[in-house]
Amino acid sequence: MDVLENRTAGWQDARPEQVVTQPAVEIAHLRKTYGPLVAVDDVSFSVAEGEIFGLLGPNGAGKTTTAECAIGLRTPDAGRIRLMGLDPHADADAARLHETVGVQLQASALPPKLRVSEILDMYRSFYRHPADVGELIEVLGLAGKRKDFYKSLSGGQRQRLSVALALVGQPKIAVLDEMTTGLDPQARRDAWALIEGIRDRGVTIVLVTHFMEEAERLCDRVALIDHGRVVALDTPAGLATRARGGKSVRFAPSAPFDDGLLTALPEVTQVEHKGQHVVVTGTGELVNAVILALAAAGVTARDMQLDSSNLEDAFVKLTGRQQDKEEGATS
Amino acid sequence: MSTLALGKVGRRPRLGAITGTAPRAAFGHVVRNEVRLALRRPIGLIGGVALPVALLVIFGKVPAFKQVVPSFGGGDIFDAYVPVLMCFGLAMLALLGLPIQLVSYRELGVLRRLSTTPVPRSWLLAAQGVVQLGTAVITIVAILVISMTAFGVPAPKSPGGLVVSLLLATAGLFAIGLLVAAVARTSAAVNVIGRVTFFPLMFFAGLWLPRALMPSALLDISNYTPLGAMVQAVQASMKTGFPPAAPLLVLAAYAVVFGYLARRFFRWE
Repeated sequence: MDVLENRTAGWQDARPEQVVTQPAVEIAHLRKTYGPLVAVDDVSFSVAEGEIFGLLGPNGAGKTTTAECAIGLRTPDAGRIRLMGLDPHADADAARLHETVGVQLQASALPPKLRVSEILDMYRSFYRHPADVGELIEVLGLAGKRKDFYKSLSGGQRQRLSVALALVGQPKIAVLDEMTTGLDPQARRDAWALIEGIRDRGVTIVLVTHFMEEAERLCDRVALIDHGRVVALDTPAGLATRARGGKSVRFAPSAPFDDGLLTALPEVTQVEHKGQHVVVTGTGELVNAVILALAAAGVTARDMQLDSSNLEDAFVKLTGRQQDKEEGATS
Repeated sequence: MSTLALGKVGRRPRLGAITGTAPRAAFGHVVRNEVRLALRRPIGLIGGVALPVALLVIFGKVPAFKQVVPSFGGGDIFDAYVPVLMCFGLAMLALLGLPIQLVSYRELGVLRRLSTTPVPRSWLLAAQGVVQLGTAVITIVAILVISMTAFGVPAPKSPGGLVVSLLLATAGLFAIGLLVAAVARTSAAVNVIGRVTFFPLMFFAGLWLPRALMPSALLDISNYTPLGAMVQAVQASMKTGFPPAAPLLVLAAYAVVFGYLARRFFRWE
């Protein structure tokens, strides 16, 4: 798929400044099988420092396996993995890697009868340059919960504690796996604000998710993964545009006009007439260009509607299936 | 960029692989939280400490247990129960306490989370070991002190023999407990396996029928069970002197074989 090739070539050649300052995460031709099951077929991407990068895909697409290989939890069959230049599968690097990368795992609970402060103080002691626990508790909205047992926390609070544990070592990279799965809408929005806050502290974030909306809202770039392969890699808006072949604007002209007026514009790729309406497909500042060109010819565009496809359209188009609605665990 | 085949395909995780850079003080924090958990969920302490000590006191109050039985080597029935109750406490901690904790940590994903930090997962296992062993020491000391001060049990003839016997018994029983933790998938399974192992082993230790009263065929079997061997070695240390080699070798064999199997089959996830 050309999208993949453009992008994987992109991080190696086209952006020299990215090559000089090494990417935070570099994954090339990752492959992982479990017996006959190919969990990850061939995945490549790189994440720049300070980026929020999404691994998006349906359940079982291989997102979590990719992330788990990246952080050294699973040994891949093949491929090259570097996080801040460190190889998670080289013993010499693995120790430093755990200092550098904070991980929030899917379905990873804690002992029910430990208190929030006890858990955080213990995890804090694991690192040589830990964060200030008091501040972390404050930022994550757990200040009133310090003395509470883990078992008495709500789902959202447990998730935030889990994120706190991922951040307590002051990592340069945070890998967050399905961190909003199972949260109510309010808690999910809080979590999103939290992730943006983490990025503002200079942390590079790899976000594994199967929520379209989440990727669209948070991610700078998204790798769309399906059947163990990257089927597309772009900004959320770029992916959406690609899926549609552009955006389209639909309107009723006040008077007939020559199609050439619009097809001559660089922004316009196609003009169609649908009854009273005209549908113009194109890219860039399509609406402005169309309005200006029509106005110059003395034509007004009435009833104008901009049709911009979203990431969900891209998802359906590129994976050929509907988004999984259930919030089950993904592989 | 060429595809790079990675050399080692982790067939099984290395038990106790030291890859951590965590400050040593972190181990203290892990142990502290394990102690807190043990105190807050005291079922382990009840089975491992309170129950054997309570049984000791009850047996000490039963007049019939003061009866001297010639075949007991000059002691009374109560004397015979002292090593059995040590066994009881140690077996509870090793066969139930330790594996239940470890398996529940695996189930909860605690071990997985730990493996993403600079702390090696083996530290949690070691911290659990520290807590269970510390508890075992409390039980053994309590039983010795109470039986000697309150119920007139003579001091051990061979304190060194007693220490050696208890160390080997601890190694053997904890190795069995680790194997239980290795093969059981859920803590519910540990409960079943632990109990199914505990009660027959306690039978051979002489909880219901003191070893001195066992028919010789039963006694032969008992000699080769870990708890039977432990009672034999502890009893000898208490009453006659340094224990014979046979029970010590049996205990050492359990430690080696089950320790190897536990290491072989232990799964972190």
